[in-house]
Amino acid sequence: MSVRRVMGTEIEYGIAVPGHPNVNAMVLSSQVVTAYALESRAPVGARWDYEEEHPLRDARGFDLDRAAVDPAALTDEDPALANVILTNGARLYVDHAHPEFSTPEVMRPIDAVLWDKAGERIMARAAARASSMPGAQPINIYKNNTDNKGASYGSHENYLLSRATPFEDVVAGIIPFFVTRQVFCGAGRVGIGQDGRGSGFQLSQRADFIEAEVGLETTLKRPLVNTRDEPHADPAEYRRFHVIVGDANLSELATLLKIGTTSLVLAMIEAGWALDHLRVVDPVTEVRAVSHDPTLGHRLRLLDGRRLTAVELQQEYLEASRKFVADTYGAEVDPDTEDILVRWEDVLRRLADRPEDLAGELDWVAKLQLLEGYRRRDGLDWDHPTLALVDLQYSDVRVDKGLYHRLVAAGRMRTLLADSAVERAMTVPPEDTRAWFRGECLRRYADSIRAASWDSVVFELKGRTSLTRVPTLDPFRGTRLHVEQLLDDCATAEDLVAALEG
Amino acid sequence: MSERETAHKTTRPEPTQDEDVDVAVASASTEQLDADVDAILDEIDDVLETNAAEFVQGFVQKGGQ
Repeated sequence: MSVRRVMGTEIEYGIAVPGHPNVNAMVLSSQVVTAYALESRAPVGARWDYEEEHPLRDARGFDLDRAAVDPAALTDEDPALANVILTNGARLYVDHAHPEFSTPEVMRPIDAVLWDKAGERIMARAAARASSMPGAQPINIYKNNTDNKGASYGSHENYLLSRATPFEDVVAGIIPFFVTRQVFCGAGRVGIGQDGRGSGFQLSQRADFIEAEVGLETTLKRPLVNTRDEPHADPAEYRRFHVIVGDANLSELATLLKIGTTSLVLAMIEAGWALDHLRVVDPVTEVRAVSHDPTLGHRLRLLDGRRLTAVELQQEYLEASRKFVADTYGAEVDPDTEDILVRWEDVLRRLADRPEDLAGELDWVAKLQLLEGYRRRDGLDWDHPTLALVDLQYSDVRVDKGLYHRLVAAGRMRTLLADSAVERAMTVPPEDTRAWFRGECLRRYADSIRAASWDSVVFELKGRTSLTRVPTLDPFRGTRLHVEQLLDDCATAEDLVAALEG
Repeated sequence: MSERETAHKTTRPEPTQDEDVDVAVASASTEQLDADVDAILDEIDDVLETNAAEFVQGFVQKGGQ
């Protein structure tokens, strides 16, 4: 166990027509998704297969009564909205009035960054396409998490865990980590409080919207640890840990560290490593306190009486991780894990020393540098609208308008991925999970696919009146290694299903 | 130099020529940093949406997950 596990991200994007705040966001989002589906010739007929979705199952061991919940929690019920699967195994769809992109399942943190970045590009292309349709208005897309008027939308991460790990251990071990990881993966935000009316800058876009420690909700009373129990895999073996507290990151290093460090800490928890000494008093208050101090000086109160800064607490996680990896792998540590440890250590050291030096690598630092620049040059207070605009436009997904992208173009922001790799990931799936089977089926047998989901591909075959559902319950099966030969041997979907049934 | 050393018998370090140079270098690099940031601000001015107040006020989202 290391940083490698089945994982992925699902990002809700902000969407707007400039000058038209009352536009119907659900309709707009559908237009964006449909425009991309048409352009990429993704079979618009290939819908999402909702049969195995259980959004109300709680990891603490019970199911919520459907009638008792906020309708927004019923995420298995919107067949009317645009919803497509792409040949890279990803899902592009509309969720709660936002266009959303879920990456295909990956095994390596760098692949999570790659397909997440591909999703950004897909969103940009989709919006450009929708905007260029006859009679259409310009549609802007933002990879951020709030409108600074009280609304927040999520950038979620998913990590496959062993079901054998007691959930209470996950909760206890991960909470202090979630409270403090924003020092490197916070995206930065102008405005304090849910409605952004407080003046100032904070590290995280999501911190003010976290209101509980543990819970099932995702749209209100958002918890640090979400208990949704929908593994899309054998529930006896696996749990899908659904993380909702993260910010949307444009920085590739921030995304890499966010995913890689979280995966590593989960590996420690799964192995039963003691992290009790890192527990904090009142994590919900602390996650906001950490966010509200961009000087990184705030000291959290730990249960054992110590008071550490967020960076120091992260350094304790890093130390524990180093020991865990050395103990478990010794010299046999895989390069992905070693890479995460090296980068994590480097970033924490620099955050402790001179955070401003990270302006070329971390979103909140890059954003803050621009903001402080405008404040100094133009004499602006924190409540000046130009600063709110810089915050918002930082995350505009257009390469010619988004400020993150302008920083990259100017050579001021470092990237990890080759352009050609991102372009490729828009249509090609990861090779090491069931996403490969899903994406390749879609590419090879597009006309025969009626629906797909994380754990199934549904075929409409000649000579059969009912649809044929091929389950893909095991996220590790359906890799290129396992099934390429089979797919190469089957020219048609009929051949494939016959081979699978035979 | 020796006069100062006799007159100020405290533990506080005397300003030396080296420190004067350090302070001078520090201001120069702050200026450099500012000029450096100003350069990117100029570029960003060109792409920033016009009428910030209206644009930001007009950005309204529905809550998501």
